[in-house]
Amino acid sequence: MSTSTLQPPKKPSGYKPFHPRWYRPRVSVYWWLGEWHYLKFILREISSVFVAWFVVETLLLVNALRQGPAAYEHYLKLMQNPLILVLNVVSLFFVVFHTITWFNLAPSAMPVRFGGKRVPDFLVAAPSYIAWIVVSVGVAWLLLR
Amino acid sequence: MAEKITLEIARYSPEQDEQPHYECFEVPVHKEWVVLDALNHVKDNVDGTLTYRWSCRMGICGSCGMMVNGEPKLTCATFLSHYANQGARKIRVEPLRYFPVVRDLVTELSDFLNKLKKVKPWLIHEDEPPLSQGEFLQTPAQVDRYKQYSMCINCTLCYAACPVVGLDPVFVGPAALALAQRYNLDSRDQGAAERTALLAHPEGVWGCTFVGECTRVCPKHVDPAGAIQQYKLAAVMSWLKSFVMPRGQDAR
Repeated sequence: MSTSTLQPPKKPSGYKPFHPRWYRPRVSVYWWLGEWHYLKFILREISSVFVAWFVVETLLLVNALRQGPAAYEHYLKLMQNPLILVLNVVSLFFVVFHTITWFNLAPSAMPVRFGGKRVPDFLVAAPSYIAWIVVSVGVAWLLLR
Repeated sequence: MAEKITLEIARYSPEQDEQPHYECFEVPVHKEWVVLDALNHVKDNVDGTLTYRWSCRMGICGSCGMMVNGEPKLTCATFLSHYANQGARKIRVEPLRYFPVVRDLVTELSDFLNKLKKVKPWLIHEDEPPLSQGEFLQTPAQVDRYKQYSMCINCTLCYAACPVVGLDPVFVGPAALALAQRYNLDSRDQGAAERTALLAHPEGVWGCTFVGECTRVCPKHVDPAGAIQQYKLAAVMSWLKSFVMPRGQDAR
């Protein structure tokens, strides 16, 4: 062994550590169409647009009431438009979907502990459903009595 | 139940291929065989160049995760008979989604391991008590708070299930965030404040859109989605408390 080998070896110029060429898959813009679970997630997210539409509709109603009977009549006529009716039916479907999915997700975001044990998810979600039913029955009673 | 089933396996050789292609192998369907057994059968008897990771074959090591018919699965816990009984003639086996592929079914994990390290998944003490004080004692209720999140085996199935991981490469991801929360919830840990900078960040929990797929595919029932949402809530509460209390409180 010569003394020169005691010197630190010179790095050969252009040396690169071995690095295999990885295949990097690209995510398609239609990634959410391929699987029902992803599609359900996207529908849940889109449902917020329809929730917003119902909020706008309610604000328009309040504004019409504030302006007087003529404005209220105009509002009712607008609501009888077939396009608005179809939009409202679709919106109702999405708002119900929105409500159910979020009620079902709430227990995993807010686990409740009682006596050192985690309360089952369905018991955490139950008060939301009960409150929903009570309010819905109350509103139905106000409108239909 | 069919006697044989075809494995359609994604193959990628970095020396020869621009992108993966599929090769089919016919394997026997034994009642006790899992997909990993079928891969071992192919490697031992048909094509020794087939490359994949595995070790314990009992759902502990977390190395044999692959996409089986488009679903992230531990191949050691996925029975061929499950598919054969449904009348399937073919099972597609691919590397875990959203990860770079090194060869065939082997994914590159450096990015995941770096993210894991960033959340400081270990017990942090501000004031180290002397050894003479003895061990840290915990009540069963204290253990119960974090036990579920400590079951993670780092199999990365949750990363392959999470579209945010695929779309946003800087997102820390489900397993690492759940593990951070596991230490935040541990009564022996005092590192919650140190972890906040990374966790309460768009790359951390705020990157999560609550698709919930991580929880669905987790073979150890860790519920990373739940852990992330709970941290979001804790982070908001901590932020609100910081207005009321001069020094705020740790997000726990």
